[in-house]
Amino acid sequence: MINLLPLIKNETIKIIKKKRFYVILLILLVLVPIFTYAQMRSAERTREKFHGDWRLEVQQQITDNENSLGSDRVPDEWKKYRKIFVQQLQYYLDHDVNPNEPNGVTFTREFMANSITLFIPLLIMAIASDIVSGERTSGTIKMLLTRPVKRWKVLLSKLVTLFMFSSLIVVSAFIITYVVSGAVFGYKGFDMPVFTGFQITGSDVDLSAVHAVPQWKYLLMQGGLIWFVSLTIASLAFMVSVLVRSTAASIVVMMAALIAGTILTNMASAWSSAKYLFMVNLELTDYLSGTPAPIEGMNLSFSLAVLSVWAVAALIISFLVFTKRDILN
Amino acid sequence: MNMANNLDRKEQVVLSVEHVKKKIGRKWIIEDVTFDVREGEIFGFLGPNGAGKTTTIRMLVDLIKPSSGMIQVCGFDVNRQQEQALRYVGSIVENPEVYSYLTGWENLEHFARMQPGIDKRRIQEVVDIVRLDQRIHDKVRTYSLGMRQRLGIAQALLGRPKLLILDEPTNGLDPKGIKELRQFIRELADGGLAVFVSSHLLSEIQLLCDRVAIISRGRVLAVGQVEELVAANAKYVIWELEPAETGRRLLAGQGIDVIEQADAILDDAIIAGMGPDAIVTRMEEEDISAAVKHLVASGVAVQGVHQINPTLEQLFLKMTEGESID
Repeated sequence: MINLLPLIKNETIKIIKKKRFYVILLILLVLVPIFTYAQMRSAERTREKFHGDWRLEVQQQITDNENSLGSDRVPDEWKKYRKIFVQQLQYYLDHDVNPNEPNGVTFTREFMANSITLFIPLLIMAIASDIVSGERTSGTIKMLLTRPVKRWKVLLSKLVTLFMFSSLIVVSAFIITYVVSGAVFGYKGFDMPVFTGFQITGSDVDLSAVHAVPQWKYLLMQGGLIWFVSLTIASLAFMVSVLVRSTAASIVVMMAALIAGTILTNMASAWSSAKYLFMVNLELTDYLSGTPAPIEGMNLSFSLAVLSVWAVAALIISFLVFTKRDILN
Repeated sequence: MNMANNLDRKEQVVLSVEHVKKKIGRKWIIEDVTFDVREGEIFGFLGPNGAGKTTTIRMLVDLIKPSSGMIQVCGFDVNRQQEQALRYVGSIVENPEVYSYLTGWENLEHFARMQPGIDKRRIQEVVDIVRLDQRIHDKVRTYSLGMRQRLGIAQALLGRPKLLILDEPTNGLDPKGIKELRQFIRELADGGLAVFVSSHLLSEIQLLCDRVAIISRGRVLAVGQVEELVAANAKYVIWELEPAETGRRLLAGQGIDVIEQADAILDDAIIAGMGPDAIVTRMEEEDISAAVKHLVASGVAVQGVHQINPTLEQLFLKMTEGESID
């Protein structure tokens, strides 16, 4: 009877008028300069130490890591990571490419890769956790559902709006990071080569598939993966928001899941079925950069599949519950 | 779907509720509710707290699905054809909850977008009807309760409904506001709108409504016109006799129904005005003079005979047998 566009317009107006999106932009504008400053200080220090020669710096990193391999105090897990890391650094050194070249684009790449498990999901939850439960807390859900619009349409309009804002958050994070860090490190670096395609088997790195891509291309691939993770997080937070009546509770549930994920990532390699949990599959960008996955048997397509299944299940549950449920208060 | 045909067949019944039942958990909250609401009438829905009023209202607007039974608005099943049925319904369920971070106007625009055929002119119209034009562009969080109530009604009227559902509309209003609201509802009904009003305030319903349904413990106890319901109820007579005990015995001996626990069935105002020895009886008007003669002949002084005009409250108290109605 009524099409979705006016409903999506309603939801968009509500999110903007609630000033949620401004808060998110504000958080980015405050935090990114802080990280940029920290990165600047550490770059200055290494430059002093190695007199501006990056080859010395990388060589030093390799030596440090190799030395620690001999120590008994370092757990075997870490040794494996470090072995792989050393091989990758050596590859960069052999091909005369500075992996840490300081510029705005590299900083953006590093920052976004680090934000994928907690920071970006947190920003998305600021909108997602409230989108349905907020209407229940305020009682406006009664007004919304007594209009001549089917419930699934109301929910779908909220989901579409959430996906739009999630995408906008990812794009804003990229732009703000690039603009802010570029002011310090310079806006160049799009053409810099980045190596990708490291195949990891056990503690060895298979270098046969490694190839260089220009950094702008790498950023695009990374952006796509971050966007995918964002939509997954948005879907899950959306389900929690449908199931839980209070916005605070819905944020707590999602945060607990995400933090559990970061803890598990650090210690779950022995428990292999943990790989089916969505939280340990969020670091998709690690597959690009060649960081080993936390649990044996995980790879990019596996993680994409796990995240898709979780997201689709969450959406099915959301729609089933929302269309069937009695609104008792 | 042809609405005109549906209406003809139903003879201007706007809302029809047939044998609706609702079980929540293991408990039957609504055991059997049946009534009709017709065009242009104000229909009162009366019951103590916890009788199932709000649950019933939520079923009328598809917030809750009945376990069995059928609810139709203008011939459309509310729970199966929501989009058709709810187009004819404007409602405020419990409090008028609107978005406090939007202005009154933005709220109305929001709800207008959820229904085709509502333009700016219509929004301005309902704003004028509820007399909110002075503050309509202010944020709702700065509104008083009465203003929110009016905004809620404006929202309910937006889609030119045939049925207006108001749940406890006078809650939180001052006496002047209540009077205004009553007059306003009457005007709407005179314009052909069917108005469904729930309340636990019996005097309010009696003043406002054409017909009422009385609900208690999930069942409809009576449906009918206010005057009919009240008139069908037996009349009460209060006697002031001296000596009181002899008088009581004589009245009972005449076959007159003497009520022991008067406070369970009479209005508080009447009880407050009664003497301590007053005797309350239930009897027909024409039997009074015979009873007086008999009392006087037996040497009992009749100091006062007082007939009580029946009210909805008495009827209600009698039907629900003193169940609390706070």
